[in-house]
Amino acid sequence: MSRFVRLGETDRPSVALHVDGAPIEALEGDTLMVALLSAGDRLRQSEFGPEKRAGFCLMGACQDCWVWTESGDRLRACSTLAASGQRILTSQPGASWPNHV
Amino acid sequence: MAKPRIIIVGAGPSGTRAAEACVAAGIRPIVIDEGRRDGGQIYRRQPDNFTRPYEKLYGTEAGRAKALHETFDGLKGAIDYRPETLVWNIAAGQLWTASGTVQEAIPFDALLLCTGATDRLMPVKGWNLAGAYSLGGSQVALKSQAVSIGHKVLFMGSGPLLYLVASQYVEAGADVAAVLDTSPFSARLKALPDLLAMPSVLWNGVALTRTLKRAGVTVQHGVTPVEIMGDVESGVDGVRFRTASGREETIACDAVAMGYHLRPETQLADLARCAFAFDPGTRQWLPERDGDGRASVAGVYLAGDGAKILGARSAEASGRLAALAALVDLGLSVDKGEMASLRGDVANYAKFARGLAKAFPWPVEQAAKLPDDAILCRCEGVTAGDLRVVMRETGAKEANRAKAFSRVGMGRCQGRYCGLAAAELIAAEAGVPVEQVGRLRGQAPVKPLTIAIGEE
Repeated sequence: MSRFVRLGETDRPSVALHVDGAPIEALEGDTLMVALLSAGDRLRQSEFGPEKRAGFCLMGACQDCWVWTESGDRLRACSTLAASGQRILTSQPGASWPNHV
Repeated sequence: MAKPRIIIVGAGPSGTRAAEACVAAGIRPIVIDEGRRDGGQIYRRQPDNFTRPYEKLYGTEAGRAKALHETFDGLKGAIDYRPETLVWNIAAGQLWTASGTVQEAIPFDALLLCTGATDRLMPVKGWNLAGAYSLGGSQVALKSQAVSIGHKVLFMGSGPLLYLVASQYVEAGADVAAVLDTSPFSARLKALPDLLAMPSVLWNGVALTRTLKRAGVTVQHGVTPVEIMGDVESGVDGVRFRTASGREETIACDAVAMGYHLRPETQLADLARCAFAFDPGTRQWLPERDGDGRASVAGVYLAGDGAKILGARSAEASGRLAALAALVDLGLSVDKGEMASLRGDVANYAKFARGLAKAFPWPVEQAAKLPDDAILCRCEGVTAGDLRVVMRETGAKEANRAKAFSRVGMGRCQGRYCGLAAAELIAAEAGVPVEQVGRLRGQAPVKPLTIAIGEE
């Protein structure tokens, strides 16, 4: 189920990207955050607690919306635009957190 | 003689008006902004391929937003504009910037900090769940992306923005579950004499509550938030709160937008070594400045909500005023009469802001009563109880010391969202006034940098 709800501006060309290996469709001009949360309900796993996270401030101040590329680059989902061909991961490649085996 | 180099940090209302004043004086300022487009948060611009008109995006402030954007567009050829660029440190008379993986150190003759604000947050149990957002963030979602943060959104907190964003959501067709205001309605009446400093803005506020009423949205005053309820996997599913009469109620929702007015982004002023003073009206530490915006450090000027929360209209006036002050100090001639008139404008906005602070008080008692199992620091999941234990075990009663032992304020947001509440909690626990707890020192980098960064 999606977390965000589109209220307008839906007449835009679509962009196709992958999240954790699965294809999703977004719209040109979407941030990664809007792309991911219009197709699903989470961005990442908290490293310090059991809960899923879906961002908080949307203005680049809280750093709660980090996602990763398959090559390991960290992206701030609220301020990075979605683009066709992106392959996004919602957990940091190669990292493991003792809280979450 | 070479022209002086003026750097303006921020391209919102104050930064734009500051740049305009510099260009009019024949100077080409460097304007550095983190945003992809100018406008700041309040007048944030939607992406190029979006089509909603100004009236839909900015309501009563459409004319101001349009004028500001047009001014900025007109300045682009006359300024050195650097969007999507972070100023992450100020040291040794230089400004350190990062854009993508490129970094630079830029010396300056005058530095205008127009850094803006973020939401002031009061933690509540469950605010770490997916679906809990800052109030400003919920507005960004709508304004710059045309989305609602949820299928059923509850607005909780206090301040004028609470009513503005809730009514914008209603008008955009979102499902608003309720507006829960922690401030009692009586506070608004007490604040009326100050609020009358700006009758038109006051009237706009009244109109917002009418919009909500017409839409049948539940609005409650004087509430005490108890818990954002939900599940660690699926996120928020409701809010539990106490009404003004003390009854406990629950409202179902899948998103919460929360905020308690705003707090200025003062880290760069701190790194520039500006002196700070405690402001009892807002219970915040603010960088000191004279009536024109001069900071305690020569060559540094402060304007807009990044210096003190006085609102967007004031930011335009204080941005221009600070730039004129910088130009005077650099030996250029400016219109002294205009400076006097801008000072008068800012004083009037300050009176209105005092009224807002009285009408929508920061509910400090909630920080004191935050249950031990409630998350205080969202970044690293540190609870209120963790901080209390640290205080008991180490005797830490000062903000930075408590941070060192508890990690509250050390996470990736650098205390932006927990710092003020943590200070109130420490003050209550130690039985000292909050100003005695001090303030979290700004640390470079003010936001996380990528390790791949290098010089070009």
